[in-house]
Amino acid sequence: MAARQTRHAIPGLGRTATTDLPVLKPLSRPVAGPTATEWLAGLPWWTALVLMAPVMLWPFYVQAAGKFTVITAFGTLGKWVPFLFMSGFLFNILISMFAMLFGTLAGAALGLGQVSKFAFINRPSWFFTQLFRNSPWLVILFIVLLALPFEIVIFGFIISIPDWMKAVFGLSLPIMANISEIVRGAVQSVPTAQWEASESLAFTRRQTMWRIILPQCFKRMIPPWMNWYAILTMATPLCSLLGVEEIITLSRQAMEAENNHPELLVPFYSFALVLFFIYCYPIARITVALERRYAVKL
Amino acid sequence: MAEWTEKDPIVSIQDVHKYFGELQVLKGVSLDVMKGEVVCIIGPSGSGKSTLIRCVNALNDIQGGVIKVRGIDLTDPELDKLALRKRVGMVFQQYNLFPHKTAMENIMMAPMLVLKENEEEVRQRARDLMKKVRLEGKEDAYPGELSGGQQQRVAIARSLAMSPDVMLFDEVTAALDPETVKEVLVTIKDLAQEGMTCILVTHEMGFAREIADHIYFTDNGVIVEHGPPATFFSEAKDPRTKEFLSQIL
Repeated sequence: MAARQTRHAIPGLGRTATTDLPVLKPLSRPVAGPTATEWLAGLPWWTALVLMAPVMLWPFYVQAAGKFTVITAFGTLGKWVPFLFMSGFLFNILISMFAMLFGTLAGAALGLGQVSKFAFINRPSWFFTQLFRNSPWLVILFIVLLALPFEIVIFGFIISIPDWMKAVFGLSLPIMANISEIVRGAVQSVPTAQWEASESLAFTRRQTMWRIILPQCFKRMIPPWMNWYAILTMATPLCSLLGVEEIITLSRQAMEAENNHPELLVPFYSFALVLFFIYCYPIARITVALERRYAVKL
Repeated sequence: MAEWTEKDPIVSIQDVHKYFGELQVLKGVSLDVMKGEVVCIIGPSGSGKSTLIRCVNALNDIQGGVIKVRGIDLTDPELDKLALRKRVGMVFQQYNLFPHKTAMENIMMAPMLVLKENEEEVRQRARDLMKKVRLEGKEDAYPGELSGGQQQRVAIARSLAMSPDVMLFDEVTAALDPETVKEVLVTIKDLAQEGMTCILVTHEMGFAREIADHIYFTDNGVIVEHGPPATFFSEAKDPRTKEFLSQIL
């Protein structure tokens, strides 16, 4: 009893500790860390099965309604699966990879621009970063689609720009802006003492940046970078609004080819959902795992 | 401007004023350091000691007065900071080693990148420096694998690799365990005995008394009292110095 009371009397053990002194709370979120991905990675693996449930169960409901049989629904979807996957989903992945490639290259340059000591570089870099970070992706996509010509003429050669290339360009812009913020955040997360140590050894600013600062924050940039790749992949269906023949566009076309049975909507879109989940879920898990690993050793 | 000669002070600080915004941290500080001299700056926290030595390698700029290192005027708007820093080595309280480089790489980087010296020569010199700071066998260790005292000795070796004329030590033992303080102090003492010009900001009174040629006591942005250790500790006249010494000794 006495022991119990003692235990009870220790703040934080028996009861919640309180203080009127200022308290430094643990950092709950990394500066540029994942949020959407954390949530996604937090889902248990059987979420995939739950998501698949509509695909499985919908036909039963439809059968009960007496219009479509299980066999017809499955058969219809099954017939289109290879096409939707090979021509549709893989194209989404291709778009996401190109957009990520260009977004990363441009974003790295823009991020370095943001930490430049020259105002004529860091101000515009900051502006473009904020502009594309805070604009709806769909609006950016529409502007890119309408603003870019469908063909350009260089030295008499006519080079046509297909819609999917415009989509890649449009998607790479918000990615660029967010990568830029990751680079800026990571560079600024390196203690100023490292700058001072390099300065006192007579390193130039460029040498300090490339030899000392960037190598230290490279690892820290990987998890948020992967996070943005997952978000980008999930955003690729936006391209269907531009007429790019990716999985959602093809699903719609396939359903039209199957006489637009409304009963097909849920199975077809759920199939796309499951594909994206299977692709993005491991990325989210790895991101969170890497984040934990790199968070320890600063 | 007259060329610097060995008879002139290697570091000359004249009536230096330094502000951080509205706050004035140095209020007219003057001191001269001759080549080969060891100078200790002591004083209570916030008295401007660290700021003063950070001004000597232009990590901080000054708003009034003149600092000259080997005749290089630090207030010159055309000052070549890199040329200055090749001559002035600095060791920090928190070591500030590069965590992604091994001890050897930490030492070799600046001579190779800044002085563009031959890699093999630099490697040999770095090995010798590791020996000098008594860290043989730790060449390939990363800073994270070394104790505080060992890291600080690598930091000293890193500065020495640039063959500076002056070494600045900014409270280099303040972050160390009592047991490891000694190994760092021994390293500094070796250096001082070899004739390296050293300016130390320190709280180690015993050490200051042992190695310093001259001790300066700063308080509130001014030098209150100074003198050789023999007289400084026993014949302090200023009441602030007396009070400080009575608390420490």
